Amino acid sequence: METITSIKPLLAVLVSLLITPMLVSSRAPNVREAWTFVAAIAKFLIVLSMLPTILKGTEIVYTVVEFLPGAAIKFRVDAFGMLFALVSSSLWIITSAYSIGYMRGLKEHSQTRYFCYFAFALSATVGVAFSANLLTLYLFYEMLSLATYPLVTHHQDREARSSGRKYLLYIVGTSIGFVLPAMLISYNLAGTLEFGKQGFLAGTTGSGHLMGLLLVLLIFGFAKAAIMPFHSWLPAAMVAPTPVSALLHAVAVVKVGVFCVVRVITGVFGTDLLLSLNFGPFILFIASVTILVGSFIALTQDSLKRLLAFSTIAQLSYIVLGVGLLSPKGMTGGMVHVAMHAFGKITLFFCAGAIFVATGKKNISQMVGIGRRMPVTMTAFFIASLSIIGMPPCGGFISKWYLVLGSLEAHQTAILVVLLFSSLLNAAYFMPIVYRAFFCRPDEAMFENKVQEAPLFCVVPLVVTAVISVILFFYPQPFFRLASMMVQSIMGG
Amino acid sequence: MSQHYPALIVIVPLLAAFIISVAGWINKKLCFPIAVAAVTVSTGSSIGLLFRVMNEGVVHYRLGGWLPPWGIAYYVDQLNALVLCVVTVAALLNLIAAKKSIEQEFPERIGPFYTLYVLFVTGMVGITVTGDAFNLYVLLEIASITGYALIAMGDKDRAPLASLNYLYMGTIGACFYLLGVGYLYIATGSLNMVDIARILPDLYQSKAVLGAFIICMVGVWIKMAFFPLHGWLPNAYTFAPSASSSLIAPLMTKVMIYVMIRLILTVFTPKFAFATLAISDSIVWLACIAIVMGAIFALAQRDLKKMLTYIIVAEVGYMVGGAWLGNRAGMTGAILHIMNDALMTLCAFLVVGNIVYKVKGYAFDNLKGLFAKMPFTMGAFVIAALSFIGVPPTCGFFSKWYLISGAIQAGHYGFMVALIFSSLVNVVLFFRIIEIGYYEPFSDHHGHDHPAEPMAEAPLTMLVPLYIVAAGLILVGLYTGNIVNHIIRFVIPGSFV
Repeated sequence: METITSIKPLLAVLVSLLITPMLVSSRAPNVREAWTFVAAIAKFLIVLSMLPTILKGTEIVYTVVEFLPGAAIKFRVDAFGMLFALVSSSLWIITSAYSIGYMRGLKEHSQTRYFCYFAFALSATVGVAFSANLLTLYLFYEMLSLATYPLVTHHQDREARSSGRKYLLYIVGTSIGFVLPAMLISYNLAGTLEFGKQGFLAGTTGSGHLMGLLLVLLIFGFAKAAIMPFHSWLPAAMVAPTPVSALLHAVAVVKVGVFCVVRVITGVFGTDLLLSLNFGPFILFIASVTILVGSFIALTQDSLKRLLAFSTIAQLSYIVLGVGLLSPKGMTGGMVHVAMHAFGKITLFFCAGAIFVATGKKNISQMVGIGRRMPVTMTAFFIASLSIIGMPPCGGFISKWYLVLGSLEAHQTAILVVLLFSSLLNAAYFMPIVYRAFFCRPDEAMFENKVQEAPLFCVVPLVVTAVISVILFFYPQPFFRLASMMVQSIMGG
Repeated sequence: MSQHYPALIVIVPLLAAFIISVAGWINKKLCFPIAVAAVTVSTGSSIGLLFRVMNEGVVHYRLGGWLPPWGIAYYVDQLNALVLCVVTVAALLNLIAAKKSIEQEFPERIGPFYTLYVLFVTGMVGITVTGDAFNLYVLLEIASITGYALIAMGDKDRAPLASLNYLYMGTIGACFYLLGVGYLYIATGSLNMVDIARILPDLYQSKAVLGAFIICMVGVWIKMAFFPLHGWLPNAYTFAPSASSSLIAPLMTKVMIYVMIRLILTVFTPKFAFATLAISDSIVWLACIAIVMGAIFALAQRDLKKMLTYIIVAEVGYMVGGAWLGNRAGMTGAILHIMNDALMTLCAFLVVGNIVYKVKGYAFDNLKGLFAKMPFTMGAFVIAALSFIGVPPTCGFFSKWYLISGAIQAGHYGFMVALIFSSLVNVVLFFRIIEIGYYEPFSDHHGHDHPAEPMAEAPLTMLVPLYIVAAGLILVGLYTGNIVNHIIRFVIPGSFV
């Protein structure tokens, strides 16, 4: 594999950090928001400028500082990192627009702080995407936890505090309690933390029991992936303002979690080692349980954001499941699902936020007939939920299709059943919302028959992401291409 | 000039102490610039000395030209050159930050305060620079006695008692050390550290040497507040004036850790300490207990300063345990943590100083709404907190990295668990403070129009040193690799794996 050295990954990480002084010092909100857009677009363009190189099969590396051999603060842009960075940086632009509409629409306090930590969080997210080793990954993972804490607890009331506690307890507790010792043990075992094509633990002398312990510590340690039983921070974190939930809790934070888990499976252990130790079924089991239980809990929720949270928990485990199949098609499906789910889920959150801004309603039971009042929003909601369920013509279909193929390829019929059944559950919790929004008897309708949407800054972003969800069905490049490149380089084939 | 760095480091503040006490009678305003000048010279010399040691290797300096083992010899290698830099830089930054707070806390005793301050610094650097076991005791007493006085200047009701308590314990500790040195002198006929190390190998089986070692260790442990010998520390540091506690808390315990490591590595040699004695395992277990108990006691506190003092007790356990793991990674971690812990303790105590300056208290109730009131101070506090927790890229993470690595390599998983436990407890401890400062007092509304507290930040002379330290926490973390490769690596004997 060819590599070139370039400072671009570092720039992509830093660009949003560097604007925080501008954000703080801007007096006029419009100037401040302009800076956010500058940073968001700059970040996206820097990421995009690396895409052709990556598509050619070249990797970009940059070492910031090395403090031990094999344990440096170092960036390496590979296909999967690129995929994730593309998704998160492009969605940041859209979310920034949405944030303006939402925060101003609700006259939220401390908006400067909000935009600063948002920028900070995006730095960390791209940092995770480009990490070349477990140490750098851990660094940015922790940075993200801390940057998102003030966002989750934005309202600064009692509820925010208890949710913030839960958030920190799960996220920081597991990363220090599980990942840190596991990282050090594996460093002492392998002498390096650098992600390899077949994992840096492959070829070390650790016993099967030790490997099992490390796998458990690392998979559950990255609790942002919300694998059960370390999931309950996610619904709690829904006290955050909706744009935060949208970008961070459907895209950045949770995707960082699964990204880390995927890195652990591919870069730390490697597929060969996991296959030879037969750990695949363990990963499949925890992922399947999370998918099914998460979906069942989602069925019982009345708060729309909490429903979306549980749906996210289930969907994240699709990615873990796909990669855990350890077969080429399954892994491709899992990785593509990072992108597909991101666009679908962010649309759903945007819709939930738009409804809240326009009507102040949070619960599904209060949304009967809302389609008449907010037809654009609810149409977008419908499209996005199709994507999550995995129906054409939406992007979610592609990833789910590959997941199904992967489960057949790996001869895991049980997983096939899990996938299909969970699609059914997805439909069962999404479709009634859409149905009751549009089709209800006039006496049931809780809203007047007058179109009154949320501010434009809210509506345009959600339309854009919904449209992208559809486009991704017809044109899943470059995400699909990146994922299959990554799988090819792992599987050597 | 540069060959006299070792002497300058000690003598300049010593002389300055006399000048300041005289100047204090003439004009109080003179004291501060003299003190700053003296400590600056000391700092400059330490930095110069560090570079010299890095280029030329170990520096031997004979005070007054007398030959060892009769004359006092200064012995400076990478280890104490590093510690010297930490001590002087911390003392200098704290001195600048302290100006406003002592003018507020006891304007009538400025002269004595600065005198004691530079004398304390003299003691600290003297302990670090000297290569003579008895001279170390003398300077230890200088540092301790000035320390008692600095502490007693605090809270009128409780500081004198706390200081007296410290005085009893501290004197016992120093006497133990002196007794141990006495035994050593009887056995070897020398007080020069290098000389003792040369003579000792024939005497490894001697009961007197064994006694000397154990008595010295216990003495040093009392002075560094190694659990369960820590009883004096929390009250003494809590009730001291903020300027004193931010001087003594970061430095005293750390310098005593240095003395312990010096005794192990240079005086008694690792062969004796680890191979002949074979008690290192139990001492690491003691360190585990220190870490866990320090963390638990810290959890029970309801005021910020006292909580920090118990964290110091836990951190002492980190370093003792790391040093006694008896391998390269553990010792590296312990030495690195001397520097890192000094910096983060300094940062935290400077924050306390700022808070006390503005809010006149450090109980948890005083911290409400502090993020709005003092955002810059609290920003630095968050950085210190992250370092205590061990979040990369702050330096606290990297020393923890080495310590845990050492524990894994030594197969001492108890120590690893204790370190992780203490990190987790630190998360709780510090985020509890952050929560109070951030959320309370609760508003009645659903957060939408939070009443904005007017900003009342500490003066710039307090903020700038604080931010230098806070930036240092991150820079030292990023450059850990260089510090270990260019400085600490040379300290650790080749016999360590």
